[in-house]
Amino acid sequence: MANCYSDRPELRFELNHPLMQRIVELKERNFRDKDQYDYAPETFEDAMDSYDRVLGIVGDITATTIAENAEGVDVEGPHHEGHRVRYASGTERNLEAMVKAGMNGMTMPRQYEGLNFPITPYTMCAEIVAHKDAGFGNIWSLQDCIETLYEFGSEDQHRRFIPRICQGETMSMDLTEPDAGSDLQSVQLRATYSEEQGCWLLNGVKRFITNGDADLHLVLARSEEGTKDGRGLSMFIYDKRDGGVDVRRIEHKLGIHGSPTCELTYKNARAELVGSTRMGLIKYVMALMNGARLGIAAQSVGISQACYDEALAYAQDREQFGKAIVQFPAVYDMLSLMKAKLDAGRALLYQTARYVDVYKALDDIERERKAAGEKLTAEERAEQKKYAKLADSLTPLAKGMNSEFCNQNAYDCIQIHGGSGFMMEYACQRYYRDARITSIYEGTTQLQVVAGIRYVTNGSYLAQCREMEAQPVSEAMKPLQERSAKMADMLEEATARAKEAGNQDYLDLCARHLYEMAAYSIMGHLLQYNATQQPELFEKSAHVFMNYADAEVRKHYHYIMHLTPADVEDYRK
Amino acid sequence: MSLKIVVLAKQVPDTRNVGPDAMTPEGTVNRSALPAIFNPEDLNALEQALRLKEQFPGSTITVLTMGLPKAADVLRDALYRGADDAVLLTDRALGGADTLATSYALSMAIRKIGIPDLIIGGRQAIDGDTAQVGPQVAQKLDLDQVTYVESIDSVCEDCRKITVTRRIDGGVEKVEAPLPCMLTITGSAPACRPQNAKRVMKFKKAAAPAENREGARWTITQWGAADIDADLAQCGLAGSPTKVKAVQNIVFKAKESKRLSADDAEIKQLMAELLASHTIG
Repeated sequence: MANCYSDRPELRFELNHPLMQRIVELKERNFRDKDQYDYAPETFEDAMDSYDRVLGIVGDITATTIAENAEGVDVEGPHHEGHRVRYASGTERNLEAMVKAGMNGMTMPRQYEGLNFPITPYTMCAEIVAHKDAGFGNIWSLQDCIETLYEFGSEDQHRRFIPRICQGETMSMDLTEPDAGSDLQSVQLRATYSEEQGCWLLNGVKRFITNGDADLHLVLARSEEGTKDGRGLSMFIYDKRDGGVDVRRIEHKLGIHGSPTCELTYKNARAELVGSTRMGLIKYVMALMNGARLGIAAQSVGISQACYDEALAYAQDREQFGKAIVQFPAVYDMLSLMKAKLDAGRALLYQTARYVDVYKALDDIERERKAAGEKLTAEERAEQKKYAKLADSLTPLAKGMNSEFCNQNAYDCIQIHGGSGFMMEYACQRYYRDARITSIYEGTTQLQVVAGIRYVTNGSYLAQCREMEAQPVSEAMKPLQERSAKMADMLEEATARAKEAGNQDYLDLCARHLYEMAAYSIMGHLLQYNATQQPELFEKSAHVFMNYADAEVRKHYHYIMHLTPADVEDYRK
Repeated sequence: MSLKIVVLAKQVPDTRNVGPDAMTPEGTVNRSALPAIFNPEDLNALEQALRLKEQFPGSTITVLTMGLPKAADVLRDALYRGADDAVLLTDRALGGADTLATSYALSMAIRKIGIPDLIIGGRQAIDGDTAQVGPQVAQKLDLDQVTYVESIDSVCEDCRKITVTRRIDGGVEKVEAPLPCMLTITGSAPACRPQNAKRVMKFKKAAAPAENREGARWTITQWGAADIDADLAQCGLAGSPTKVKAVQNIVFKAKESKRLSADDAEIKQLMAELLASHTIG
């Protein structure tokens, strides 16, 4: 039987990374749940075995139910009925299977009925689901929003809302408005406190809201009258059971048809404040976005995998000039590069997820200790800080690069199909349409560059490269590691040039190039590590990727070294 | 109302994925070359039981299988998907059983469990394809039976009756039967729901004593012939009148083809030939 997890040994490899030992230790805290919950692990091996099995269930549901429904969902799409959304029938069946399998609220603590899973295996589930239906991936992965309520909500809110998500209710994050897209500081949805009703009331309009008719919404709204910037915004939780939010329309989109994108109207919708006022954008949405960006990176890897599988199968099957087209260098050049981008992007994704796991588990321990009047030890604090910084630096790379890679892979998938790829009968057209949004939502690639450039200029990416240059690799990988060192030299030199000019517009123009140089350098090292551990799985990809990455880095280096601040005027519109 | 349900399950070689070494030179099934799986229609049966449990909270589902100790795999799988309890019937004395001896042993085990409101099994197993065990179990327990069930439409509490849809050639029929009774479920019934994460994490530690597993935290009930008060003469090889006389390998050599025109008379002629040779009808 096909299984989208066990058929993919690269995923199991990523799951078994040595850092998981520390992650399980931090998540399970001496396996203290084992006597209270019969499904809690007793040992590290037990926990890892459970992750593996649960991934196998998701792999099974994806290869059967979700795969079978994908095409129908794409054609049918969701329905707008009255002021509500009814999912495509295939989406309903997908959701039912995932809920029955208990795949909701996966990362939440057991006391709220969650599975207490780390982010890493959860992210793997998101990748697997997106592999067969990226749109359904959104609906399912939005459960991730509960993480923000868990981090910043009150204990009473935890008790009332988290179990509902674990039981399968869905979520949405209501941020975007007609005049507030990338610029969320301009959000206008009004939140006013009603003394009479003893709650907040929301009024206004939200647009492009994924899964906008969800059971629970996290809403960004302006609670401070007269303010104009991000400091006047707060976060609220709206419960659909209370009513007051209607779906005005469902957008007609290029891709991810199964995922309803809604325009919402709020008319005195009762809502609860999450955390403190004024912290909505500057703290909570930033946390929410980081989680969502990891989710989109996972979705992108899932789509990339689908594109590669589809292209490879077609190239092996299709004969021209008397042989299968996979035997032509022009075709296997494309295929091997698709696989290399997939492997490198995935390595970056899970490295990021593991870093997020370590610091978030420490954050959680810190909150728990605080309640008991205790603190983290100095070592724990240092560890928390280190991994938070690493995670924050890698998240924009993982999201930006994987979303661009999945678009490139979708393009090549159609290219390998030739004329057939342009026909609507083949699945590659759906991947092509679904891929397109990944580099736009949850922050465009250009905004990922904005988030990432500070780690270029402060030397954080470079330091990560230098550290990895010193790590032992196999004999076969040594020449690649040396090439990586030269790539880092170029990154260093180009960064210095961009900074030294002291011209912000010039630096901004160089930013995308520097960002990609850093990303390629880091991904190269990660693949070298993987190929050292499991050469049969990664060695070819490591070579192919390094040939490509080295050339890309040199291209960007050349570009920056020939660009002067005076050239900015040629670009300015 | 709550129901007591027994689901019959069998571990079978996966005959749907047959490779070149699926048969031994002697013409018997090479079990080691085929993965052992949950008989597909027994999974359809389990799903029907789980739906009844959802509809009638407090219902209990006991899954019963007979086989080698490793057949406990299908019991764990059933627990992962929502069954409450599991019984493994394993004993050398029960080995080599044909359908008659199997249904005898199963019926004795069901007597020990206590006659439930419903016994549900798959229509047939993909290794033997006999479709005999379900009906024989019903017969031995003196229960009514409905075979080829595709869905359970309603269960009437007061009148102790069940209404089901039965798949027959060219359509379906609605059948009403008194409780308790035995149902066999076809593969056209809804597929079984997936395994549940929490249940997997709990019941992966379930094991039958015969499996000798370390660290087991949940015991699968295990019975032998003596536990179910079985008459050994009716068990295993001794109780199996079916004897395999010979097995022949058949290789299709010729590919016959016939060309017909669109003429009605020729088509009628072909129909008559096919009916006469019992190829159709």
